[in-house]
Amino acid sequence: MGINLDLSRFRHGTELLKRGFAKMQKGGVIMDVTDAEQAIIAEEAGAVAVMALERVPADIRSQGGVARMSDPKKIKGIIEAVTIPVMAKARIGHFVEAQILEALGVDMVDESEVLTPADPFYHIHKKDFIIPFVCGARDLGEALRRIHEGAAMIRTKGEAGTGNVVEAVRHQRQIVRQTRELRELDDEELFSVARKIEAPFELVKEVAGLQRLPVVNFAAGGLATPADAALMMQLGVDGVFVGSGIFKSDDPAPRAKAIVEAVYHYDEPEVLAEISTGLGTAMKGIEISDIPEEQMLQVRGW
Amino acid sequence: MKRTGIIAAQGDISEHIEAVNRAFGEMGVKGEGVQVRSRNELKRIDGVILPGGESTSISKLLASFGLHDTLINRAEEGMPIMGTCAGSILLARKGGSEVQRTGTRLLGLMNMEVDRNAFGRQRESFQTRLDVVGLEEPYEAVFIRAPAIIDVWGDCKPLAKIDDYIVMARQGSRFALTFHPELTPDFRLHRLFLSEL
Repeated sequence: MGINLDLSRFRHGTELLKRGFAKMQKGGVIMDVTDAEQAIIAEEAGAVAVMALERVPADIRSQGGVARMSDPKKIKGIIEAVTIPVMAKARIGHFVEAQILEALGVDMVDESEVLTPADPFYHIHKKDFIIPFVCGARDLGEALRRIHEGAAMIRTKGEAGTGNVVEAVRHQRQIVRQTRELRELDDEELFSVARKIEAPFELVKEVAGLQRLPVVNFAAGGLATPADAALMMQLGVDGVFVGSGIFKSDDPAPRAKAIVEAVYHYDEPEVLAEISTGLGTAMKGIEISDIPEEQMLQVRGW
Repeated sequence: MKRTGIIAAQGDISEHIEAVNRAFGEMGVKGEGVQVRSRNELKRIDGVILPGGESTSISKLLASFGLHDTLINRAEEGMPIMGTCAGSILLARKGGSEVQRTGTRLLGLMNMEVDRNAFGRQRESFQTRLDVVGLEEPYEAVFIRAPAIIDVWGDCKPLAKIDDYIVMARQGSRFALTFHPELTPDFRLHRLFLSEL
């Protein structure tokens, strides 16, 4: 540290640097933390990054009220406590929270439906920022709208704070299915799809050719066990976010480490069996059909 | 057929595989990039790349799955090895304060000291044209929360610098780059490495 260099002569905040940062997270686990102590547990477990937020989604769900960006003091404490990247959540459309997070030195902003949305019309114009953004999506159209706004990384929305992986699976399967359906289409047909899914034609065409999103795609929302993480990896995601699943379980440290190892060994059942043994009780979890419509987080944003 | 293994613990593995395949193509050499996740796979390759990612995560995975010692043995048998960004940290003999604080286990294969996140956080990540010893034209280098090589000794030599900070070094057939040659479509540095195989 303490390097003595004038960095202003270099180029910062390019799309290559933003998407490149996200690529360095691949094959890793990003863990939700609310304070420095949890961040240290996450780093020691092998997390590639931590996600700072005011309350984990399970608590936001049970306590209610407006959920906002985390207290800057907490974020500074987390940045000082760990050497891995620190991400933090801002409310949908709340570009000033994002500006503050950038000023604090946060490495990536999650414009997140887990917090209470701040703008009823628009998401943040993410190209205005030097630091990259990750955004949630339920389908291909939503993912491409976020990428068009400048998101450097996509994650499934899932249904955060439930400990129930079913919605993350639904969203990943939907994105994969829609991507596959583009494969044989010509430009006229792609244009028609672009209109239907409300996404820019150029991005739809790019996905048709690449047969994947043009940015890194993680799973998030309801993952609670090593098996959940490995399931999402087998469904084709590049890595996973784990929120309430770790710090709402009986014994967070071994569970955190087990989820990291499960992402590495996602296609080796014998190893997964060993990793999953003796972790204590996972978070209790909620059946999706028990959640009142107005309390569903995934419908926030568009 | 030359096989180059990419250590597939964590990080941008597919980008390196693509870069290796393209570089072999440009060289007119029959070869391919393959993922390496086990000791057996490590024994069946001619060269190995440690990709970018988080050095703390990669070092934990290397240690807990028994790749750490085998990697050192294979390198000592003369297998060429290249580390980019996080990978360059793991090649070093000495690490700065962040490496020590996190208890990151280094492979110690190159006579150099590396400082993690030396240029700052993602806000400070940058791109620049870089002069590299042996390349006629500058190289567009991408630095993401990059480390810097703050000292080299013995037969480890600097190949590129930004002011006083070394960003690429070579010790025989071992290469450390603190930036990401796998993120740009310029495969000259992959070719430089692959020509050692």
